[in-house]
Amino acid sequence: MGSGKRRLDIETIGDVTVAKFVDKKILDETNIQIIGNQLFGLVEDDGRKKIILDFSNVEYLSSAALGKLITMDKKVKTAGGKLRLCSIRPDIYEVFAITKLNQVFDIKDDQDQALAGI
Amino acid sequence: MSQSQEFDVTLIGDTPAAQELQDRIVSAIEEFGYSSRDVFVMRLAIEEAVVNAIKHGNKRNPAKKVFVRCQVDNEKAWVQIEDEGDGFDLADVPDPTLEENLDKASGRGIKLMESFLTSLEYNDKGNCVTLVKNKE
Repeated sequence: MGSGKRRLDIETIGDVTVAKFVDKKILDETNIQIIGNQLFGLVEDDGRKKIILDFSNVEYLSSAALGKLITMDKKVKTAGGKLRLCSIRPDIYEVFAITKLNQVFDIKDDQDQALAGI
Repeated sequence: MSQSQEFDVTLIGDTPAAQELQDRIVSAIEEFGYSSRDVFVMRLAIEEAVVNAIKHGNKRNPAKKVFVRCQVDNEKAWVQIEDEGDGFDLADVPDPTLEENLDKASGRGIKLMESFLTSLEYNDKGNCVTLVKNKE
């Protein structure tokens, strides 16, 4: 897997960036490292402030991926921005609930709800 | 179809081999008609356990191995993962759901395995974990 391969589909809606994960499985460390770098680039390189992460395609997510999301949340907050997560299927939502990260992240049911008022 | 599938795999610290292992176990449990939920749980648990074995157990030493034993039948999937590290005490692992740990970037793998699996057991030394998922 090349590091140049894009792991996020990026769409800009007004001043909001919607980043949709391309992968079904966000499990292995190499892939997660690449995804993390591409996520952080949205804030650190592109200066984007309002970001929605769309999980529609994601069927598997490991604890290492949760770590990247936490770091991403911190980076966005440090930059004075907002991060929302949306379209998380029930199995994956359970991963957030078990770890109580559903209390840390701003999670919405779908993209429309995530876009509202961000 | 046979009444059970059993196989042993030795990993020498590389992720692609861990992916192949996941695929092989998933293929076995699918043959026995396990649910998509069971497949989800086993993929997640194997990933977490193998990463722990390579990263925390073997400290990413490329000379060290991870030994995996699998047995799948119509009732349960059983996977034992042993590393060549010094082991650890489960009681020393901080609870990732405590307020002060919520924003830490790591330490959630065991919590996830405990919650999703039917049982999760470590040997006394802490270098061998047994994962069991009953068929739903």
